[in-house]
Amino acid sequence: MKLGATEHQLEVTTSDRQIVMTRTFDAPRELVFDAFTKPEIVKRWLLGPDGWSLAVCDIDLKIGGAFRYVWRSDADGHEFVVSGVYTEITRPERVAHTEKFDDPEYPGESLETWVFDERDGVTTFTSTILYDSMEACNKAVELGAVQGAESCYDALAALLAQ
Amino acid sequence: MSTPQRLDATFMALADPTRRAILARLAKGELSVTELAAPFAMSQPAISKHLKVLELAGLISRRQDAQRRPCRIEAAPMAEVTGWLERYRQLWEGNFKRLDAVLDELKVDAAGSKHIKRRRKKR
Repeated sequence: MKLGATEHQLEVTTSDRQIVMTRTFDAPRELVFDAFTKPEIVKRWLLGPDGWSLAVCDIDLKIGGAFRYVWRSDADGHEFVVSGVYTEITRPERVAHTEKFDDPEYPGESLETWVFDERDGVTTFTSTILYDSMEACNKAVELGAVQGAESCYDALAALLAQ
Repeated sequence: MSTPQRLDATFMALADPTRRAILARLAKGELSVTELAAPFAMSQPAISKHLKVLELAGLISRRQDAQRRPCRIEAAPMAEVTGWLERYRQLWEGNFKRLDAVLDELKVDAAGSKHIKRRRKKR
């Protein structure tokens, strides 16, 4: 991965029930933190696949406060809902929240932790998602086809591609 | 089986570290059950059970060859899984590229407001 350059490769690693995603941004962490936690900014980039928009983005950024994202398909109005509750907020370093897909097929809840680490004006963002079961982790990957969750098995795919 | 059902079977088969290790070894070539069992602290029947799960998920196939039934990896279901996963990665990358552009604008705004504050102080 190139640091401090214009190329910011998205890295995804996985072990057991956990998905870890890392990406750098050319901005101080206060700005990156705001971009992840202020609804008016989140709405500008967290749009999902082409043809979808973030129709609802409610964020009550306090311990015990709730968030709710609703993505909507322009074509058929189909909706995809993710919600959760904040369990830890340390501006501008760290946020933890529970996360749940509003889908009867999805069996559980996950805990997501964001860490914002700044060096020389470049912020490294790390998201760790811990699922309460392997089944939930797999399901999340399948549902991700709609919304954009991350891979449980990238590491395996890389191993098999050797 | 429909695509989601097939993916369920594939993911269930992949959810076990021993089965993933078996697949990683088979990715390098055909092996018999005895050869597969060797590096694991596991009996051949235990390995055979894992092989059955992998076979039902379509991830491996076994052919009859005299006394041995060598196992080989089947690429299609794996390609289906990695194809989906690659799409998720691309989705996030799409979001983050948009975020790069938003952050650039925010940096300009922040620099602008600092400049205004400095000018106000001077007055």
